[in-house]
Amino acid sequence: MTIEVAGLSKHFRVHRRPPGLAAAVRSLWRRRYDTVKAVDDVSFTIARGERVGFLGPNGAGKTTTMKVLSGLLHPTAGAVRVEGHQPFRREPDFLRRITLVMGQKQQLLWDLPPSETYALNRAVFGVDPAQARQTIAELTELLGLAGLTDKPTRQLSLGERMKCELAAALLHRPTTLFLDEPTIGLDVAMQVTIRDFIRDYNQRHDATVLLTSHYMDDVVALCPRVIVIDGGRLIHDGDLRALVKTMLPDKLVSFTGGVPAEEVARLGEVVKAEGGRTTVRVPEARLREVVSHVLDRAGADLAVEDPPLEDVMRKLFKDKRAAAPAAPPAEPPP
Amino acid sequence: MMRAARALPTLIRVGMVEAIAYRAEMVVWLLTTTMPLVMLGLWTSVADEAPFRAWATRDFVAYYLVALVVRNLTSNWVAWQISEEIRTGAVSGRLLRPIHPFLGYLGTHLGAVPLRAIAVAPVIVIMMWTSARGVLVTDAAHLALVAAAIVGAWLLTFGVFLCLGALGFFLDKAMGIIEVYFGVFAIMSGYLIPLALLPGWVRAIARVLPFRSMLGDPVAIAIGRVPDAGDAARLVALQWAWAIGLLALATWLWRTGVRRYEAFGG
Repeated sequence: MTIEVAGLSKHFRVHRRPPGLAAAVRSLWRRRYDTVKAVDDVSFTIARGERVGFLGPNGAGKTTTMKVLSGLLHPTAGAVRVEGHQPFRREPDFLRRITLVMGQKQQLLWDLPPSETYALNRAVFGVDPAQARQTIAELTELLGLAGLTDKPTRQLSLGERMKCELAAALLHRPTTLFLDEPTIGLDVAMQVTIRDFIRDYNQRHDATVLLTSHYMDDVVALCPRVIVIDGGRLIHDGDLRALVKTMLPDKLVSFTGGVPAEEVARLGEVVKAEGGRTTVRVPEARLREVVSHVLDRAGADLAVEDPPLEDVMRKLFKDKRAAAPAAPPAEPPP
Repeated sequence: MMRAARALPTLIRVGMVEAIAYRAEMVVWLLTTTMPLVMLGLWTSVADEAPFRAWATRDFVAYYLVALVVRNLTSNWVAWQISEEIRTGAVSGRLLRPIHPFLGYLGTHLGAVPLRAIAVAPVIVIMMWTSARGVLVTDAAHLALVAAAIVGAWLLTFGVFLCLGALGFFLDKAMGIIEVYFGVFAIMSGYLIPLALLPGWVRAIARVLPFRSMLGDPVAIAIGRVPDAGDAARLVALQWAWAIGLLALATWLWRTGVRRYEAFGG
């Protein structure tokens, strides 16, 4: 296994103070701390070459887990091994095997062209110059970097910067990639470019990928498996398609015109009807019947899709929260 | 270790490119270190009347011009850089590189030295045209000690600023401390007034602090105020001991701070 996580917990001690001058003065000599369980008893393993989506709402503990796995945070409890190393030791051999890309933090030297960051990373990671040239050529072709790497980073667009950022992060050819929102803020075309690149890199180098993204299209396109956490606790780990099928087994059937209005309601629950295009939710058991009915009326203009992953996630979080016992209040440390 | 040493030339080269990119900021920075010129104007007008405690006008000219050169060659902004990187979380990127972050900072700031040298070159040229020229040491032993003292002052200043920057792991507004630091430095290093002209009790305090080794002692050696080469060598040895001690303290502060960063989040 490339990544092994057993009973991982990461708790933070947070200073709390009510608003107001009196509370501010009081906090000078009497400080109140709460313990926040950012990650709580999470376990999973990821095999070499897997692409895994790491999902959860804001504040679920995704980034904290990523930081523990990459060695930036020391776990409060539990055992973590990545590429055979304990990440928090940050041994050079470990750091040469991994990379962490955070879509909201940049590593490129802001006022210099990305090529200078590449030179720096080549030296720091001890990459052989010939291999670095080859890798840069490969990344330039795959990411379309031609003409970008000699412009100052600050003059690049967000999408161009992200592509250069990825290239800088992968120059040492890491075999485990932690990608935290790598497509945040990018337009749809750029998101597709980045996704294709990640899949290609994964296949070429048998690299393990753990990806967080708020764009569910990233996850659907890249990750056959998803790990879902909420409130720091793992609530699902498994095949993405199976999750969709379990949570929302219905399919969405869309078609344009052809079906009389009085028949549409009988086909299934109407989810959307605009611009002459209608989308109905249909139980899987009735799918064949509905599709043949629509084909008879609307011809070939028909599409069958799974419900959006956003809906699946919403239902998963709702079900799990309803099933979970009320969480005890955070305890102040002794 | 060998791998890190091999990376250093590239780190310095990129540091030089960065320094060139930030040349305008550097000029502004250099303009903030012109206090010796202000003090030069003040003291020369005093000494023009009559020498002040055996310091003639040319001694003051030499002292403050050499102080300006030493200060600009040995200063850096690593404390601000570290503090900002801790505050924004950018330090995480450094922690994920397989070399000690200090080596990265070393490359950046050594890379700025050539540009600083170019910037202070006119001061040296001007000095050669003034009466100060006659005060400067010329013998090989003293010149070698001046060179060693400037390198030592650079390392010591780098160590002090690494310590101040690493305080950012512990304090929200670590840069507030630097204001206090500069107040103490200005007096105890001889930046404002030559140490020899300070009251005895201030000199006694300055003697046990590292600040004089950052500026006053290298300047004193360069302008012949430490005529005995043995005494000058002892000052340089003391300076290097301070540098090693401060770099060790910075390493400890960094290691402790990173553990705290790991515990509380980056």
